[in-house]
Amino acid sequence: MIVTFFIILPLFAAFVNAIFGRIFRLFSDIFINIINFILLILSFVILYQINTNQNNIFVYKIGGWEIPYGISLVVDFYSVFMLLIVNIITFFVGIYSISYMQKYTEKWGFYSLFELMLAGMNGVIISGDLFNIFVFLEVASIASYALVAFGTEKDELEAAFKYIVLGSISTSFILLAIILSYGYTSTLNLADISNVAKMSNNYIVKITLFLFLIGFGIKSAIVPLHWWLPDAHPSAPAPISAMLSGLLIKTLGIYLIVRFVFNIFLVDIKILNILSYLGIFSMIVGVILALYQWDYKRLLAYHSISQVGYIFLGIGLATPLGLLGGLFHLLNHSVFKSLLFLTSGALEYNFSTRNLKNYYYVSKTMPKTTFSAVIGSFSIAGIPPFNGFWSKLIILFACIQSKNIIFGLVVILVSVLTLASFLKVLKYGFYRENNYSEKENNLFLVKKNIKEVPFFMQFSMISLAILCIILGIIIYPEVKQILISKTVEIIYNGDLYRNLVIK
Amino acid sequence: MFKYLAYILCLTLFFVGLYGIIVKKNLFKIIISFIIMENALNLFFILLGYRKSATFPIFLKNIEQTNIVDPVPQALVLTSIVIGLSVTILMVAIALRIYEKYKTFDITEIKNLKG
Repeated sequence: MIVTFFIILPLFAAFVNAIFGRIFRLFSDIFINIINFILLILSFVILYQINTNQNNIFVYKIGGWEIPYGISLVVDFYSVFMLLIVNIITFFVGIYSISYMQKYTEKWGFYSLFELMLAGMNGVIISGDLFNIFVFLEVASIASYALVAFGTEKDELEAAFKYIVLGSISTSFILLAIILSYGYTSTLNLADISNVAKMSNNYIVKITLFLFLIGFGIKSAIVPLHWWLPDAHPSAPAPISAMLSGLLIKTLGIYLIVRFVFNIFLVDIKILNILSYLGIFSMIVGVILALYQWDYKRLLAYHSISQVGYIFLGIGLATPLGLLGGLFHLLNHSVFKSLLFLTSGALEYNFSTRNLKNYYYVSKTMPKTTFSAVIGSFSIAGIPPFNGFWSKLIILFACIQSKNIIFGLVVILVSVLTLASFLKVLKYGFYRENNYSEKENNLFLVKKNIKEVPFFMQFSMISLAILCIILGIIIYPEVKQILISKTVEIIYNGDLYRNLVIK
Repeated sequence: MFKYLAYILCLTLFFVGLYGIIVKKNLFKIIISFIIMENALNLFFILLGYRKSATFPIFLKNIEQTNIVDPVPQALVLTSIVIGLSVTILMVAIALRIYEKYKTFDITEIKNLKG
């Protein structure tokens, strides 16, 4: 069964790499990227299979135990959508790390933790059992704590300690919610829990949902719970920042919130609107805090908070159009935010600083990095031909459709402020020149030894930039039908998930 | 009220841990508060599976068992203890590294990152 390989392969890779990677230097580069490539192909295969399958769902029962008793792996359209995002971004980030991680010692350790994090994320996405989700969530989180501390300098360690304390508070809340939910329903299977939870209006169900929202809300950095993110994400090595901002807050946070709220607890639309208010709040706070940052990666981290707000706004509207916009923006955000973090890594690779004031002549010496950074910035700001524009447009239409004109205005306003912030980045980071004569400039460049980054880094950045351009085709009806329409259907009709799993 | 006393004590312990994490200034006191929180949850989970005057959940040939405790929480708590242990070890490792760099355990003096 193809489903299990999404967990088996990365775990296998992590432990084999930990044995052989430290002996042969090239082993981990080649082996891990081959594994990532296989996973990328498998996620496209499973997309094809689920579209041709009649039931539109794969249920794998581990050990042959029937559904309420055993652990089951469930893959529906929503899981396939997330698997595609995770494995595409992971593949490109893995290739980028070949060159970028050269300056760190113990590269094999990095790759092992990387694969463990991937295994955790894939496991969270495909598992259909509450406690299994908790275990995989902890696997992904522990790997990410270690990766944030990977540099083991002052800043990294401080950020890692903040992150690990906040992360363990959030997982404790999730565990408490799991305990209450098991105590009330006496089952751990998600579909079975939804069977019990839909009928009752009991206060324990509400408390459980509230605790789940706190736990996953910390993981997804929604505004009242966001303050760990701007420390933790910039301190990691650049490929890991890309993974954390692009994937981890989405799989452990947004994916699980949507799954629990819509498919398992089948919440009222009125309660869901709280999510969109939180989203609006995150958008405004994130972008205002980002405006005056001079540290490139910290600026990007604040923009992550703001863009996550867009996703929550779309999802919280709980109309089909809003869900489409939210999910589409989730896909787009993981592409352009990982791209931007990779460009920040390329600058740091050459200049060894993250401060935007210290970059000179980037557009002349590193044209390909500049090209991808420009495309990434325009995507995140929502300039028309790029993908960010289409998803923001859909969210705007969804706001107007549900008669929330003020939300629509905030969407436009935040988009303009994002554009302002990224124009600052482009002006200072990429297109700045100083007042010296030409001869002094050449001396400056030779002294700093600045040239275009190695091939593998260029490859990942340019591929992601091209993805930014072509992802706009998703709103083309036939592509939309394959990739995203059925996902929206599964989320919008909350019962559908349960009915597909338990026939 | 007395029926739920054990549960209430567990939740109190949980909030004691949470209070410690939020208020304490020393890195190791924070870690110990986390351990308290973790163990309160494990205890709570085990107590949920308890049944009055019940036997252990193992099937034997000669004895007929009608009333057994719930075995699922016990299995899950084992996993959760292992996870808590690994998080604690990672926390202690990072705290020791912080001590090497900053020469202090006081979090009010560890503040390079802000803004």
